[in-house]
Amino acid sequence: MACHCNEFSRAHLLRSAAAEAGRGLPSIEPGMPLPAGTGLNRRSFMLRAGLGMMSVYGASKLGLGDLQGGIAKAQGTQAPILVTVFMDGGMDSLSVLAPVEDADYRRLRPDLRLAQGIGPSFLEDQSLMWHPRATAFNLLHRAGKLSVLPAIGYDSPDQSHFTSRHFWEVGELDANERTGWMGRLIDIIGTDDNPLQGLSLDGWLSPSLATSSKPVAAIDGSSYDLWAPGVWSEVESLMFDSVQEIGRASVGTGDAGMATAGRIADQSVTLREQLAPFGDEILPPVPYPEADHWFPQNMSALAAMIAADMPIRCVSVSAPGGYDTHDNQEDSFGDDIGLTFDTLAAFQADLELRGLAGRVLTLVYSEFGRRPEQNATGTDHGAAGAAFLMGSRVRGEMVGEFPGLANLDDDDNLRHTSDFRGLYCSLLEQWFDVDAGAVIPGASSFARPQLLS
Amino acid sequence: MASFPVYGGEFSEKEAARLLWRAGFGPKPGEARALAAQGLSGAVASLLEPQDARLVGPEPVDEDGNPIAPFDLWGHDALWWIDKMVRSNQPLVERMALNWHDWFATGDVNSARYSIAQAKLFRKRGLGSFEKLLEKVTTDKAMLVWLSGIDNTRWSPNENYARELMELFTLGASDDSGYPYSEEDVREQARALTGWRADWHEDVGLDNFRFDPSYHDGGTKTVFGKSGKFGWKDSCQLCLEHPAHARYFVEKLWSYFIPVPAPEATRLELERKYKRKYELKPLLRAILKHPLLYEGPAMVKPPMVFIAGMLRARERGIDRDSWAWISDLAGQRPFRPPNVSGWDEERWLDTSSFRGRWIAASYITREDEFDHEGYSTTETPAEAVDKALQYWADPALESHTRDGLEQFGRNVEEAIEANWQRGPHRALRQNALRILVATAPDMQTC
Repeated sequence: MACHCNEFSRAHLLRSAAAEAGRGLPSIEPGMPLPAGTGLNRRSFMLRAGLGMMSVYGASKLGLGDLQGGIAKAQGTQAPILVTVFMDGGMDSLSVLAPVEDADYRRLRPDLRLAQGIGPSFLEDQSLMWHPRATAFNLLHRAGKLSVLPAIGYDSPDQSHFTSRHFWEVGELDANERTGWMGRLIDIIGTDDNPLQGLSLDGWLSPSLATSSKPVAAIDGSSYDLWAPGVWSEVESLMFDSVQEIGRASVGTGDAGMATAGRIADQSVTLREQLAPFGDEILPPVPYPEADHWFPQNMSALAAMIAADMPIRCVSVSAPGGYDTHDNQEDSFGDDIGLTFDTLAAFQADLELRGLAGRVLTLVYSEFGRRPEQNATGTDHGAAGAAFLMGSRVRGEMVGEFPGLANLDDDDNLRHTSDFRGLYCSLLEQWFDVDAGAVIPGASSFARPQLLS
Repeated sequence: MASFPVYGGEFSEKEAARLLWRAGFGPKPGEARALAAQGLSGAVASLLEPQDARLVGPEPVDEDGNPIAPFDLWGHDALWWIDKMVRSNQPLVERMALNWHDWFATGDVNSARYSIAQAKLFRKRGLGSFEKLLEKVTTDKAMLVWLSGIDNTRWSPNENYARELMELFTLGASDDSGYPYSEEDVREQARALTGWRADWHEDVGLDNFRFDPSYHDGGTKTVFGKSGKFGWKDSCQLCLEHPAHARYFVEKLWSYFIPVPAPEATRLELERKYKRKYELKPLLRAILKHPLLYEGPAMVKPPMVFIAGMLRARERGIDRDSWAWISDLAGQRPFRPPNVSGWDEERWLDTSSFRGRWIAASYITREDEFDHEGYSTTETPAEAVDKALQYWADPALESHTRDGLEQFGRNVEEAIEANWQRGPHRALRQNALRILVATAPDMQTC
C-alpha cells in the first residue's frame, strides 16, 4: 500500500527543525496549506514568574514593560482555560478503543488487533476495550472526568497530514485560512497586552493560536544557555563577569552601535542568571511520569503557571510520540499513548489538588484516525479518529457513537459521528460563553454536543 | 567625483577592515592589509570592479562530509548562500546580493530553486543599474509567487506586488494625503502589472512562468496622474520617474553602509547622479569613500555578516547543517526574511539574537578547543589575549575592551590556588578568551 511516510516525516522534520531553532514557522511542501500564523511578527522576551524565555507574536508595538503590565492586569480573573494536546501523525483510534467483539475488526486487523480481555472494557459500550496502556483514561472516564469522541472528523476527509492538521488548527476546511480557531477566540476574549492568553508550550507558535490582532506567546525553552566550549569551573563564572564588564565599558563610550552591543551583552548574561534555576523550581504536588521527554515537565509547569495565576486562556502543546504508524505500529504505540495519558491524568490530579480543576478543560486530538485495514505491520492514513475531553466539569459521556466497521467510507475509512467544528462550537459557547458564529465559519450548520455536566 | 566629500585620513589596515566589513563579510587573514596597500581609491575600485571571481576555500558539506543539497534538504538553501559569503573573493557583489535580499525581501516560496535563482539575480546584477534590476525582480519567479504576481489577472487584479513595489521597493510609505501614491494608484498599478501566469504541476509545483497577453488588462490606467495603456515595464518606469524615488533610493542604499543619515548636500548630489541612468556604481563609489564611513560611528554588523565574517577569519568552510538554524537564532537566515519589508536593522541585537551570535562563536571555537592538559603554565595575560586575537585574524579592539580581556586574564591567574592548576586554568582561559573576543561589542560592530 502507498506509504505517506515521506510526506509526514518531511513535514515533521520541517516543524521540528523550526522547533530546534526555537523560532519561526517551518517551510512547507508545495500544495500544502501554509500554517496559520506564518509570518506573524515575533519578538523574544524574558518574563519573570518562572516562565523562562518567551516569544511574543503579534505585539510588535509593545515593549516588555507594557506586556508585563498587561499580564499583571489580566491576573485574578479566574477565567476558564482550554488546553489542547495534539497527537501528531494520525493516532490509531481503533487501538485506543478497540472493537474487540467485532468480526470485521478481527478480519481487518489479523496481526494488529488487541486480544479480548487484555485491557479494561469501555464503561459505556462493553463491545469496546481500552488499550492496556490506556488505563489512566479508563479510570478518568469511569470517574466521569473524561468524555470520549470515538469517531470525530469531517465531510470529505483529507488524508494529508498537513492539510487535515491545518483544518483542525484553523477550525474550518479552508487551506487559505491564516488564523487559528483559538487565535480568533483570543481576538474576541483577549486583551491587547497579555501574550499569555494564548500560550504554545512547544517552542514555537502553534498555528491554532495564530491571532489577527491580539498578542500570543510561545515558551522558547526553559533554558537560556550560553555555553563556551572548554570552559568550566570558576573560569566560566569569571568569563561571564568579564562579558558584562567588557559590555558595560562600551556603554559609556558614546558610540551608539558599541553601546547597544555592550548593553545587550550585559543583559544577556543577567538573563542567563535569572533563568538558570527555572525547571528545578517546580515541585508538583502529585507525581508525573518519569520520562526522557519534556511532556510531563511541560504539563507540570503548566499546572504551576495556572496556580501562579498566570492569565492563560488557551494552551497548545504536542503530545509525546509519533503516531504516523505505517509500520511497526506496536513498537511505539503503547509507550506513546501510555506516557501521554498517564501524564494527562497526573495533570488532572495536580489541578484537582490545587483546586483549579474546575477552571481547566483539556482537549486531546489528532489530525485523523487510521485505516481500519492494517497494511503489513502498521496502518495507513484514515479519516475519523478519536478525541478526548478531560476535566472535572465534563459530562464524561461518549459524544457520537462508535460507527462500527461494517459501513466504511469510499476510501475504506471510518465514518465520523461527530464533527470537530461542532466540538469547537460547543467549547466556544459552553466553556467560553462566546458566540461560535464569530469564530467558526458556518457555525450554525454544526450540531453542538452538550459537553459540560 | 570632486563634488562628493572623500575621506582623506589614513587608510590603514583598520580602515580597510572597516571597509571590508561594511562592503563585504569581513577580511580573511591578511586581506585587510593587502587592501590597505591599495589606498582608498584603489581599494574601492577593487570592490566595484572585482576581477577573477572565485570561491576560495573548502566546498560546503554537511556534518557527514556530504555535499550540500540546496534544492532538497532543509536549511541547505541557507547553507548555499552562506557558503558564497564565506568563500567569495568579490565581497561587495556578495554583500549587495544580501542587501538586495533585504530590499526585495522574498520569503519561502516553496521552491528553493526559485529562491536561489533570485539570489543569483542579485549577485549578477547587484552592482549594475537599478532600472534593470527592478525589471528583473518584477518578473522574477520567486517574486511572482511571493507577491502574487501570478495571481494578478485582468479579471481579478491582485494588489500585492503593486503596493510593495511602491511602498517598499521604490517610493516609501504613503501618507494620508496620498503621497507618494494613493490607493487608486495601487489599484491602477495592479492592473498594469497583470498578465503573468504559471502552471501548477502536481510533481514539480509551479512551472512555465510566462507573460500571457490574454491575462493582461490592456485598458487605460491612470498612475500618478499620467494615463496610458500601461504594462508591467511602464509600471516600473513610472516608479523610477516618480519625484519621490531618487531620494528614497539614495537614503535606503546609504543606510546599508553608514548608520547616520547622509548630509543633505551629499544626498542631493547622490540623487542627481543616480537619476541620470539609475546606475549603482557611482553611488556605491561615493558612499564607500565618504568620510562618514571611516570617521562616523560604528555600525552593528548584520547577523549574517557577523557569522560569515567569523568563518572567513578562521578560513573555515561550511561543514555542518547547523549554520542554517544558527543564522536563524542570530536573527537573519537567508531566504527567510521576517516579512516583505525585510529585516529590521534596529533589532539586530537583542538578548535572543545575542545568544544566537554566542552559539555561532561556540560552534567555531569548539573545533579548536584546548585540552586542559599540556597547556603552557607560564603564558601571561597579555600573551593570552594576543593569542585569542590571532585566532580571530587580529581584529582591532577598543582599548577598554583590550583592558577588560587582560583583566580577565589576571582574574583567572588569581583564581589559581594549586600548582597543578597553572596549566589547566590557562587552557580554560584561552578557550574563554576566544569567546570573549567573539562576543565583545567590538566584534558585533564595524
